[in-house]
Amino acid sequence: MAPVPYRVVAKRAETAETVTLTLAPVGAAIPEPEPGQFTMMYAFGIGEVPISVSRTRPVLEQTIRAVGAVTGALCRAEAGQVIGLRGPFGTGWGVDEARGRDLVLAAGGIGLAPLRPAILRALARRDDYGRVAVLIGARTPGDLLFEDELETWRARGAQVEVTVDRPAPGWTGHVGLITALAGSADVDPSRAAAYVCGPEIMMRLTAQALAGLGTHPGRIRVSLERSMRCGIGWCGHCQLGPLLICRDGPVVPYESAVPLMAVKEL
Amino acid sequence: MDRVSADDLRRERFFHGMPGPHLARLATAGRVVEFPAGRRVFEENGTAESFWVIRSGTVALDLHVPGRGPVVVETLEASAVLGWSWLFPPHRWRFGAVAVRPVEATRFDGPLVRTLGATDPELGYDMALRFGTVMLDRLEATRIRVLDLYAHPGEPR
Repeated sequence: MAPVPYRVVAKRAETAETVTLTLAPVGAAIPEPEPGQFTMMYAFGIGEVPISVSRTRPVLEQTIRAVGAVTGALCRAEAGQVIGLRGPFGTGWGVDEARGRDLVLAAGGIGLAPLRPAILRALARRDDYGRVAVLIGARTPGDLLFEDELETWRARGAQVEVTVDRPAPGWTGHVGLITALAGSADVDPSRAAAYVCGPEIMMRLTAQALAGLGTHPGRIRVSLERSMRCGIGWCGHCQLGPLLICRDGPVVPYESAVPLMAVKEL
Repeated sequence: MDRVSADDLRRERFFHGMPGPHLARLATAGRVVEFPAGRRVFEENGTAESFWVIRSGTVALDLHVPGRGPVVVETLEASAVLGWSWLFPPHRWRFGAVAVRPVEATRFDGPLVRTLGATDPELGYDMALRFGTVMLDRLEATRIRVLDLYAHPGEPR
């Protein structure tokens, strides 16, 4: 349960408040995470937060948005600094289980970070899948993560569609809700698996749109977020109805998430 | 401009479930049109005499904002319906529209469709419901965008 020391070997600013840290173990490494899993990242002397893994190989990357004291400290970490990691924890997207299917990967805002390992895994094993569609929604073009990678993903055989709420001058992409992009995904919904990640309202509406187009709700997965502390289902901080999100999630079938998302008290 | 058939319309999501005789009458008001990227489809405040069902491509809806020029408020993709001002007085466009990517669409003669609906109230009611659904979807989407779909609970606003 003790944090494993990792050194920041590179830092890349993604947006004004989001950075990606490339991490290397100082000594022993944690096990390689599965796409969709998270680690507990420790800013020594400040605290620990759950952060999704945004790249699993050949290097470990984690993408952090500065929203509080701990995430702010992690975002300020520079190359050479040592932080702590526990994990990996939780359930993954199950990319390997979807072999032979079309894939739809829909991300809202920073939700692209936990989906990126699934995208990279599918593109690394491109022949194992049918069509691959990546749908990305953001407030503005300036809020887009991994923008310099999107062309590479296209070149490797993914359809990548990006929509923003508020276009900047010169923006020639889509404008509007990510739900409107669901119909643009060049996949066969009846044989597709879909992974959706972002704020809960975005996931709910996007999953509804995908199901409405014919993707079986049992093949849609979403990534839930609650206040995770221990990471191993002991403390109960991340309880959501019958689920402990750190252990039973964060990735859960949409069918399991639907009734929980509708309960106001949760 | 090529004519369209009832079968052509039946393949469009917007017309799913519409009875064959209605489709046949609407087909008399439809023509296939194309717009190259950058071509303006209609101007804000212009007379609204058409609507389009987009077959392929992308159209941006925009509004002229003094000092900023045309600001895009939404883009419409394949299978979306473009234009509802033809249905309601004073039949003037509230927004402009421009092709962002090359567009192929079925253009409908608005006054003719209004006449078809007036002479066959069953068809008119059906069309009003379908356009009501399009408007409801757009209203919902607009409300959700006002909510900020991408805000996380812990994020400072």
